[in-house]
Amino acid sequence: MALKGTIEVDPMHCKGCSLCVDACPQNVIALDMEHLTPKGYHPAHLIAEGCTGCVICAIVCPDAAITVYRETKKKKVA
Amino acid sequence: MAKELLKGNEAFAEAAVRAGLEGFFGYPITPSTEFLEYMAKRMPSVGRAFVQAESEVAAINMVYGAACAGKRTMTATSSPGFSLMGEGLSYIAGTEVPAVVANVMRGGPGLGNIAPSQGDYNQMVKGGGHGDYFPIVLAPASVQEAIDYITLAFDLADKYRSLVFVAVDGNLGQMMEPAELPPMRELPEEPPEWAVYGAKDREPNRLSSIYIDAPDEEVANVRFVKRWLEIEKNEVIYKEYDLDDAEIAIISFGVAGRVCSSAVRVAREEDIKVGLFRPITLAPFPKKEIAALSKRVRRILVVEMNSGMMLDDVKQAVAGRVPIEFYGRMGGMTPFPDEVLDEIRRVNQNEEEIADGMERVEWLERLEKRIERGE
Amino acid sequence: MVMEKVNLVYERPESLATTTTHYCPGCTHGTAHRLVAEVLDEMGIREKTIGVAPVGCSVFAYDYFNHDYVEAAHGRAPAMATGIKRVRPENTVYAYQGDGDLASIGMAEIVHAAIRGENITVIFVNNAIYGMTGGQMAPTTLPGMKTTSSPNGRDVEETGYPIRMSEMLATIDGASYVVRRSLHNPANIRKAKKAIRKAFEVQERGLGFSIVELLSSCPTNWKLTPVQALSFIEEQMVPYFPLEDFRVMPEVAAIRV
Repeated sequence: MALKGTIEVDPMHCKGCSLCVDACPQNVIALDMEHLTPKGYHPAHLIAEGCTGCVICAIVCPDAAITVYRETKKKKVA
Repeated sequence: MAKELLKGNEAFAEAAVRAGLEGFFGYPITPSTEFLEYMAKRMPSVGRAFVQAESEVAAINMVYGAACAGKRTMTATSSPGFSLMGEGLSYIAGTEVPAVVANVMRGGPGLGNIAPSQGDYNQMVKGGGHGDYFPIVLAPASVQEAIDYITLAFDLADKYRSLVFVAVDGNLGQMMEPAELPPMRELPEEPPEWAVYGAKDREPNRLSSIYIDAPDEEVANVRFVKRWLEIEKNEVIYKEYDLDDAEIAIISFGVAGRVCSSAVRVAREEDIKVGLFRPITLAPFPKKEIAALSKRVRRILVVEMNSGMMLDDVKQAVAGRVPIEFYGRMGGMTPFPDEVLDEIRRVNQNEEEIADGMERVEWLERLEKRIERGE
Repeated sequence: MVMEKVNLVYERPESLATTTTHYCPGCTHGTAHRLVAEVLDEMGIREKTIGVAPVGCSVFAYDYFNHDYVEAAHGRAPAMATGIKRVRPENTVYAYQGDGDLASIGMAEIVHAAIRGENITVIFVNNAIYGMTGGQMAPTTLPGMKTTSSPNGRDVEETGYPIRMSEMLATIDGASYVVRRSLHNPANIRKAKKAIRKAFEVQERGLGFSIVELLSSCPTNWKLTPVQALSFIEEQMVPYFPLEDFRVMPEVAAIRV
């Protein structure tokens, strides 16, 4: 089962370029058309469950706007 | 240190090394090449940086880099190379980092020739590049002066975070004279706090000549002008010979000034009351001193190896108080003492007023006759 | 879902300043910046690094990185970097340049820095157009490509063919590491980062001149969306500018990153 992950998108840096939207293998990122960043862009945000913390969005992000988290595997209890 | 017989360009280069030069970047161009060749041997021998760049454009940008890194740095070139450096000089000035450039002037314009001239006066005192900036320009007239003033150039460059030009000509570069070199200086231990040397335990230093918003650029320009006013107040250098009782003052710089001092000596033996005022800082120009001088003499003769460039600065300082005559040789011709002596004798007898602009017309008439006579 | 710091797998590199960039949305200059910053962080060399910014879209690069930086005249960054590195050999010095800066006005400076084997690193961002000045033809503009100074498409009869800089620089003995990579998808971005890391390792180990050419996008002047622009790189630029290692000295090949 895929690990769970999540991302935080910094509204100061995100320019709504959509490269992460296009690159996300889980298709769980979209531009938030309801909001604008202080610079006037529609920022990227998670739109569904399913983020695996794969970091691909952060790899394509030209503005280093994305912070990625991924849960660690639960250790087997002896 | 005892005096030795030293050759122009090599002595100047050694003086720079002893003043703490850590990076020399240059390109061969006659008559400055000996500077480069001397540095090629000397700098590595003291563990310092030497690069023969691919062009003068590259050389001045290497100087710009080393200057930003907080190290004493210079290049040496000649007139066409100096022209190539124009943009780099403007960047260095706009970034307010120190650098020294020696220009061994030669006949021009264009490729010209490799004979000595003073034809880059305007270009140097006005900066050589675009925009509002004000380099210091030093004009030595002997091997010893060149040693002394190249050393001073580095100190002034650091003191004001400024560009300093040293104007020599092919004569001086090739001259052998007894002179003394200063002792080797210790290199500084710490870089200047404004330099780039690695942002450890501090905010990054960002050195640029960009002020993209005009109001910010204006504030920077105000700083440049104020710096220049300070330099004008403090750094004027000149020498005077036989001016105490002089009725006629010759104003001349560099090797031309030296030729004039020989002529003045002979003229004095003929009881002509003539003296020499020799600016050593072409910028800041000794305006106040020449203005004061013009109140004591009845006539001035400007002698240069160009078409009359310092002449205009002299005219401005004199402000019409006394007539100013001009004698110039151009294109790589150096005046001889007997030519200047002829001029002194003529000027001594001349009581005529000179209308503005006529000083060049009259000079050209005399010069063309000389040229016809093969002089 | 709540994630703790222990779950952090990627955050903005320390070697990037917090300043927002002026690059167009989707412009891969930002990606190139980020990769350089990640490498500087991973190598722990931020505090001794000095960057040299070009003239072009990345003229303000000095504001976007969190280390010492200087601004060069157009095309002269390799010369400026030479001046800095020669007097401060203990510092890490890199030049960051675009295709006009490096392959047009700066052609002499990059070639001679390579000839001399200067121990600097050059990041060459090739987007086949002049971005900052509004989309003119570059030496790397593709045949037939429309730009503001080739409005009918680049005519090779009049203006010649695009220059392949990496191939040309690879003929120079003084160059130790000359490679071309691309920023058009995650797999290639990963390879680009490895190459950038290797290039900086070349410098750190005193192994000579290194340059990484990065095929990059210009959505605005190509008149494409950011996503379309990445496809343009893959479909149009990569065939002309192959992604290869053009010169890798043996000592460099031995480096494992």
